[in-house]
Amino acid sequence: MHIIISLTVSFLAVFGLVVIAFFGVWAAHLEWLFGVVIPYLAVITFFVGMVYKVVQWARCPVPFRITSTCGQQKTLPWLKRTYVDKLDNPSSTAGAVGRMILEVLCFRSLFKNTRLEFGSGQEIKYKSAKWLWLGAIVFHYAFLIVLLRHIRFFAQPEPFFVPLIENIDGFFQMFVPALYQSGFLLGAALTYLLLRRILDGKMRYISLPADYFPLFMILGLVTTGILMRYLLKVDIVAVKELTLGLAQFRPVVPEGIGVLFYIHLFLVSVFFAYFPFSKLTHMAGVFLSPTRNLSNNSRMVRHINPWNYPVKVHTYEAYEDEFREKMIDAGLPVDKESASPAE
Amino acid sequence: MQTPVDIKPAMHCYACEPARLKVVDFPNPRVWSAMDEDWKLPKNWKEIVMDAFKDRLDRFRTFKLFMDICVRCGACADKCHFFIGSADPKNMPVLRAELIRSVYRRNFTAAGKVFGKLAGARDLDYGVLKEWWYYLYQCSECRRCSVFCPYGIDTADITIIGREFTNLLGLNIDWIAAPVAFCYRTGNHLGIQPHAYKSMLEFFQDEIEEVTGVRVEPSYNRKGAEILFITPSGDVFADPGTYTCMGYMILFHELGLDVTWSTYASEGGNFGLFTSHEMMKRLNAKMYMEAKRLGVKWILGGECGHMWRVINQYMATMNYDIAEGSKLEEPVSPLTGTKFESAKGTKMVHITEFTADLIKHNKLKLDPKRNDKVKVTFHDSCNPARAMGLLEEPRYVIKNVCNHFYEMPSTTIREQTFCCGGGSGLNAGEDVELRMRGGLPRANAVKFVHDKYGVNMLSCICAIDRAVLPDLMKYWVPEAGVCGVHELVANAMVLEGEKEKTVDLRNEPLAETEDAEDV
Repeated sequence: MHIIISLTVSFLAVFGLVVIAFFGVWAAHLEWLFGVVIPYLAVITFFVGMVYKVVQWARCPVPFRITSTCGQQKTLPWLKRTYVDKLDNPSSTAGAVGRMILEVLCFRSLFKNTRLEFGSGQEIKYKSAKWLWLGAIVFHYAFLIVLLRHIRFFAQPEPFFVPLIENIDGFFQMFVPALYQSGFLLGAALTYLLLRRILDGKMRYISLPADYFPLFMILGLVTTGILMRYLLKVDIVAVKELTLGLAQFRPVVPEGIGVLFYIHLFLVSVFFAYFPFSKLTHMAGVFLSPTRNLSNNSRMVRHINPWNYPVKVHTYEAYEDEFREKMIDAGLPVDKESASPAE
Repeated sequence: MQTPVDIKPAMHCYACEPARLKVVDFPNPRVWSAMDEDWKLPKNWKEIVMDAFKDRLDRFRTFKLFMDICVRCGACADKCHFFIGSADPKNMPVLRAELIRSVYRRNFTAAGKVFGKLAGARDLDYGVLKEWWYYLYQCSECRRCSVFCPYGIDTADITIIGREFTNLLGLNIDWIAAPVAFCYRTGNHLGIQPHAYKSMLEFFQDEIEEVTGVRVEPSYNRKGAEILFITPSGDVFADPGTYTCMGYMILFHELGLDVTWSTYASEGGNFGLFTSHEMMKRLNAKMYMEAKRLGVKWILGGECGHMWRVINQYMATMNYDIAEGSKLEEPVSPLTGTKFESAKGTKMVHITEFTADLIKHNKLKLDPKRNDKVKVTFHDSCNPARAMGLLEEPRYVIKNVCNHFYEMPSTTIREQTFCCGGGSGLNAGEDVELRMRGGLPRANAVKFVHDKYGVNMLSCICAIDRAVLPDLMKYWVPEAGVCGVHELVANAMVLEGEKEKTVDLRNEPLAETEDAEDV
């Protein structure tokens, strides 16, 4: 699909959601729908959808143990392996767990990324390329921190770590309210990830509306969130009343929360509901990837394929029956000396 | 992805002859050609593909997961040698997978069913099928992209299953189907019959005697031998693999190893891997059947790439029940006593593991000066590197038998190694443009070490490499030759009772001091 269409469609989709929430609350006064019903439905969809997805994957067998081996295998007793080898070509479960931890927490494979460049003539160069890694890791961690900060809206009293995160996140206390870096970093990382898709020819070619949509969506979340906190303030006490009500299954819709909040909440709801149906399922899928979460020990221990079935093979007997005369002439040993015709 | 596929000559392999498919009872054999408008598909081809698609989604977690979780981050895009060499965007691994994923979305996901194109979904039609075929056979299943994928998405796994679909429709390529058919019947890809196999090795015996003055005596199909040796038939058949084969023969003779060759299990490689999981299993079964029949204790495997992918990742899982009740046991080197613990499941040891261990324990008399005329670099074959992790063993061997060894840049070796351009059954003559393009990154790295250090020999541990790389070198780096590691080993070996050596296994003069300085 052409980039302009993809971008337009995804942008309009997000914009459309904003408009729906705006008119739904501002004109039609559907606060209960947008503040209670939709969020509940969204959260249910998210959990049911993700559990369903994971169960589907997990029920699917792993017939062969196929790991990506990015380091020296475990082999001769005298051949020493480095720690990197033990992680990148794990021979034990511990190694595979270590590999997964680094992958999930540090995006290690992305860290290894290289960039191809053509030099003069036929020369090809491979340069280190860490920007994607940086963009991805900033995006994910900033998003996580923003999410954790939001716990304060859903718990009373707040768990101990929430104020801690807020303190660290709002380290540069130059403004009131404290400026949270995470929100801005998140916005910056998203902008980078979006621009990358638009400006790099390869990325433009592979990107689908399904890639732009989540980016616009989260950008919309960040924008409405930042606006609410710093500029067009909403009644934060009323907001907490609502969110706490949701969390405690005693939904209330207080008067006078700005419409901006409902837009934010609606985007969040759609985002959650969209999750299980999209590429965002990589959040859970990464843990199940057999190329990364298995150790490379299939020469040591037989891996069992639950659907292994017998196949038709060409037996030695059939082979010898066909070639017996030639084998005898060539002085090759045979099982049946007499060249009796096959039955 | 809207751009319809344009099937170009020299960028694909010829369709297979129907007779090949009949040998192995494959469906829909017929005469067809990729350049024709009409591929003579069976009437219910869509149904066949969709049934198979659903079946594979239920049987392979990898396939199902890899259909769902790609975020198109693009990290894999410029990692594929075919993309680097061809600049065809559909050769970006992510796009290659998207060709299939788009059909998955349309038929198996809610988003694809509801939103269609907007969700990146499309129907499977004739054009899409042709596109699949074209790009499935422009992937050498080398797995370089999977190293860089944050989720470890293995395009090879997707390609392997995609190729299963094409095989159900009789859309095979001859370069794969012919070896499969030959291997099934005669035991090896090249269709060498038992008596011919023996006479080929006899020819090597004569050659070896001429060069070294030593007569080696291999044995065949011998019951009661300790070790069964299996190597790709390419080593028996074509230069420069033949010199590697002579290398094995010299090594076994010098060690007095109780080893036998088999004319029945006379193929290490397994083109079934490029066909279907089932065909791979059918061909691979011979290794254990023959090991059991001959009563050997363990199996030694020659230098081959995808052979070792099958042995490492599939063999025991698929076929070990055949070996039940056999005399196979945990391999132990009879010369050094080393237990190959890492192979105690499959009972199969790689020859560079075996030889590296010999060298470590001083079991070989070596004179590396005999290899002084070669400045060697080492090409990690994709499969031993990325599907096994056999990185140090061949290097250890080479460094002990050669004085001049230089590594190619780190971004082009070990797990980041580049395909020769002809892996996964694409080593035909008719797709030479594809091969030269795909081999560009590898050739470029060789050229780099050639220009910098004067490297003139590209060593490898893969029979397909030995068949593909000479053409590639001729085209991109004509100064570099290609050899197997055990050719270098044999050239450096000082044999008991040898005559004064003046030539190497290729019958070319050994470097004398003045020649060496001349380089």
